[in-house]
Amino acid sequence: MGYWLGFEVRVAVRFLREGRLQTVLIMVGVAAGVAVIAYISALVTGLQENTFNKTLGGQPHVVLRPLDDVVVAAGAAEPGAQRLTDTQPRAQRLRSVGNWQSVLPLLERMPEVAAVSPMVGGGGLALRGEATQSIALAGVDLDRYDRVVRLREKVVAGVASLAPGEAIIGTELASDLGVRPGDRMTLLTGTVSETVRVTALVDLGVRELNRRTVIVPLRLAQSLFSLPGGVTNIDMTMVDVWGAKQFATQLRAQYPYQVESWQETNAQLVSALNAQSVSTGLIRAIVLVVVVLGIASVLVVSVVQKRREIGILRAMGATRGQMVRVFLVQGGIVGAVGSLIGLVLALLMIWLFTMFVRGSDGAPLFRIVLPLALAVQTALVATVCGVLAAIAPARRAASMDPAQAIRI
Amino acid sequence: MGAPVAKGQPLIALRDVRKCYNIGQPNEAEVLHGLSLQVDSGEFVALIGPSGSGKSTLLNIVGLLERMTSGGYTIQGEEVQALDDTALTLRRRSTLGFVFQFHHLLPAFTALENVTMPFLIRAGHVTGKDNEHARGLLDAVGLSKAMDKRPFELSGGMQQRVAIARALVLDPPLVLADEPTGNLDTASSDEVFVLLRRMHAERGTSFVVVTHDPRLAARCDRVVELVDGLIARDEPVAPPAAEISHPRTGSSPAP
Repeated sequence: MGYWLGFEVRVAVRFLREGRLQTVLIMVGVAAGVAVIAYISALVTGLQENTFNKTLGGQPHVVLRPLDDVVVAAGAAEPGAQRLTDTQPRAQRLRSVGNWQSVLPLLERMPEVAAVSPMVGGGGLALRGEATQSIALAGVDLDRYDRVVRLREKVVAGVASLAPGEAIIGTELASDLGVRPGDRMTLLTGTVSETVRVTALVDLGVRELNRRTVIVPLRLAQSLFSLPGGVTNIDMTMVDVWGAKQFATQLRAQYPYQVESWQETNAQLVSALNAQSVSTGLIRAIVLVVVVLGIASVLVVSVVQKRREIGILRAMGATRGQMVRVFLVQGGIVGAVGSLIGLVLALLMIWLFTMFVRGSDGAPLFRIVLPLALAVQTALVATVCGVLAAIAPARRAASMDPAQAIRI
Repeated sequence: MGAPVAKGQPLIALRDVRKCYNIGQPNEAEVLHGLSLQVDSGEFVALIGPSGSGKSTLLNIVGLLERMTSGGYTIQGEEVQALDDTALTLRRRSTLGFVFQFHHLLPAFTALENVTMPFLIRAGHVTGKDNEHARGLLDAVGLSKAMDKRPFELSGGMQQRVAIARALVLDPPLVLADEPTGNLDTASSDEVFVLLRRMHAERGTSFVVVTHDPRLAARCDRVVELVDGLIARDEPVAPPAAEISHPRTGSSPAP
């Protein structure tokens, strides 16, 4: 079978070369379609990655908290008795995740989980001179926390370090308080106040976070919030980001904690991303349909033009199957060559985008690349579509009566 | 070289062939009304008759390009009526060569590629030996210098000679020619006909030639005349005509 399709390929190539203008036109059509598909896919992937990193970069994927305090209703009502109750919801005090020291290694061992970081979080005030700012305090173990939110990558000044009595703060807060790395400030909670030395400023990508965030060692936060040995929540990142929701559901069912995934906290972002993906899919599908129709129509014309040749080849002993395959191969070649040109065009468009579309600071808006897998996938789909588009014309070619074809 | 079939063996036999077009429609028309015809190996038959007498239809049926409405057809003893399209195609490939009046060559291929096309169809590739064989044939038809030319660069007579070489390249026992000289001037037409006779003499291939030209029919070994879908005349041609047509070979005239 070393010469499988030998006849079909040679005749297909020759037919395509003979109808040069048609071939060039349809290949340009396929190339344009593939370029649009590849470029849009790359652009949207880049855009989503960018949005994703900006919003999720400073967030854990899954957060585990103790259950809310609830008022338990009094004993069950007597049958037939009506009971009127008015339950005031309880004020939620800061509580520790029960048993967190034993839960932590359990979570760490789960294959879906990439990193786990215990945290003590709560509100407070930062004081320096006459300035007072309300802040969100987070007591963490720096190495663990870094694995969850990549804190060290976000440092813009100073060196991240959380020895006892040290703190890392957001950039906006630093400018509000006039603090530089190495300066001291006072942290105040309801009951306790502590003085800390700022070691680094971080940019978390969101202004509001930068204005509030103060990160301190776990123990310091425990003492500030009077939660000795406790943590208020456990942050986790997932190996598969999109698996967070399912993982959270699973944890909720297994353990008596509140578990929330990023999808639940950022429902709007998720629906926006979904809408974007759906629109991209729609554009891709429509372009693909147009490409298929283009190839099919050109091949239909080609079959009509090549009636005599088909008849002669059939008289010379070419089977119906061989004639069908001649046209399928033509469709495949048009699809394959067209998609290769299209991928080159897409790369050019991406290059133009990164060269000329820039943000206010002169840096590219975001990174877009054409992943190899996407390129290969697009080329394959276009080629398969080329073959599919050729089915109807090919069957027409084969069903042609050789005697009639020759007589014309 | 030459077809390995012994001379005088029945090559094809048609029995009571009927052919209807547009069956069941108001314009239904029967073109062949039950004719029988046998061609033996080594024969050189002229098929003549007025236009519309069914010559081309008969030739297409013989060439397995069209199916008959009823009747029987055996090729080298094998009944081919029941074969499916693929089997008919394979049978056509192995047994039959065609020379047409118009549009005989594939314009996208050179003369040599046209001649080797049956090899490509059969095996998916053309070997060096195949190419040698094809070159030899093109040489024999006097086209050694035009092998790499495309059909539109050749004259009508040259194109027809390429078509003859192509029809013979797989050494089929039977070649069917539909007005092979129909659109050629007298000189080229003569040339092509002489070539057909020479191939017949040298290779022992049987020929069935449809022609309008009584001069050419007179130079065949046997004339079958079709009138209104029936055979009106089927007789050998007088020996002198045959001798004129291939004076150099000296082969014995047809029975």
